[in-house]
Amino acid sequence: AEPAGDLTPREAITTYNNFYEFGFDKSDPSKYAGGMTIDPWSVEIGGLVEKPGRYDLADVLKDQPVAEHIYRLRCVEGWSMVIPWLGFPLAGLLNRVGPQPGAKFVAFETLARPEEMPGVKRGLLDFPYVEGLRLDEAMNPLTLLATGLYGEALEKQNGAPLRLVVPWKYGFKSIKSVVKITLTSGQPPTTWQRLQPQEYGFYANVNPRVDHPRWSQASERRIGEGIFAPRRDTLMFNGYAEEVAGLYAGMDLAVNY
Amino acid sequence: MALSFAPKANAALRAVPIPLVWLFGLLPALWLLVGLFTGRLGADPLKALEHGFGLHALQFLIASLAVTPLLRFSGVNLMRWRRALGLLCFTYGLLHLFVWLSLDLQFRWGEIGRDLTKRPYIMIGMTAFVLLLPLAVTSSDRALRAMGPLRWRRLHLLTWPAAVLAALHFLMVGKVWEAEALIYAGCIALLSALRLFRGMRLRSP
Repeated sequence: AEPAGDLTPREAITTYNNFYEFGFDKSDPSKYAGGMTIDPWSVEIGGLVEKPGRYDLADVLKDQPVAEHIYRLRCVEGWSMVIPWLGFPLAGLLNRVGPQPGAKFVAFETLARPEEMPGVKRGLLDFPYVEGLRLDEAMNPLTLLATGLYGEALEKQNGAPLRLVVPWKYGFKSIKSVVKITLTSGQPPTTWQRLQPQEYGFYANVNPRVDHPRWSQASERRIGEGIFAPRRDTLMFNGYAEEVAGLYAGMDLAVNY
Repeated sequence: MALSFAPKANAALRAVPIPLVWLFGLLPALWLLVGLFTGRLGADPLKALEHGFGLHALQFLIASLAVTPLLRFSGVNLMRWRRALGLLCFTYGLLHLFVWLSLDLQFRWGEIGRDLTKRPYIMIGMTAFVLLLPLAVTSSDRALRAMGPLRWRRLHLLTWPAAVLAALHFLMVGKVWEAEALIYAGCIALLSALRLFRGMRLRSP
């Protein structure tokens, strides 16, 4: 991977969030996520797995090698951050529950609790928010389940207590506050693709050569560097091509966007 | 039609010098700049600045379009202010465009060119601005005299398509239907409807 670059200040990472369960504005999640109950927390793991069940958070984390991973995060809106995540490879959890031979995809779901989430109450999107990965993407060692950042437990606005981090894809793939993981044989629906299929694909790999209809993806602004900071050219697969380009060998990335 | 307080209000309004309208009109820009230097604009001050200027352009556009209906429905006369309101709209539009070109896209002309040819919301916003240009240029008394009132008034009907496009631009920036953009679009739709209705009535025998 390309060197990650200077860390984005914690203040920016924790006040500039897209988490529509709490509102559209980037500052809404840090203002309104306080009421979300994250303890107790459990994750329902099911579908094509050997050991389905409702796993308590402590059980999900059991024996997983939580460590710091510094990744770039690139949003489809054209901005980026560099975030020191605490987390462990999703592969560790998937191996523990045992994917069955027919499993090809992994579907994820975010908590949707109207009484604690003003955006869910107002129905801003079709909640619960859902996302998905191909199984081989989910098993890639870069793909994390994150539990913290900057050495501390995740703030609620960042997707506490457990969120996905897929650094070579646009940020909306990295689903927050995960309550459900389901292994499936078919490609699962994703919230943004369902809403605007011409604009958001299932893959959503960071790709400077494939524009979003609304935003050029050729370059990006790094949040937290001030208004005079130079734009940066966006890197193929967000700078992780070495690790993940092989996953898409032979695929037309302009079609599978 | 006139409200009972209209004559008093008009007397007070006549006492307001136009430079004061400009001063108040430019306060939001000052407020944004102060916010920029005090860190109040949050983690992405550039977008806050860009959106702020754009929003104020739309607000002054609506204000300038509301002058006539306000007079008709309440008797309150802001005609003296209309040119300043229109020029304030243009000023904020110019600032909005300039921040986009300079601080946001940093004069990357290739990307700017692609944005201006491929992205409908940017094309629409740019068209709105281009429509406002001749209006700003012909805003002086001299231009009005040179053109004659009929031609001048006809040219200045361009405010209407500019307003509709500006509202569309705002609606299309969001990833979903956002309440704020819908409210602005609603205001412009209402004002346009009033204007069209009046236009038809004036033309009918």
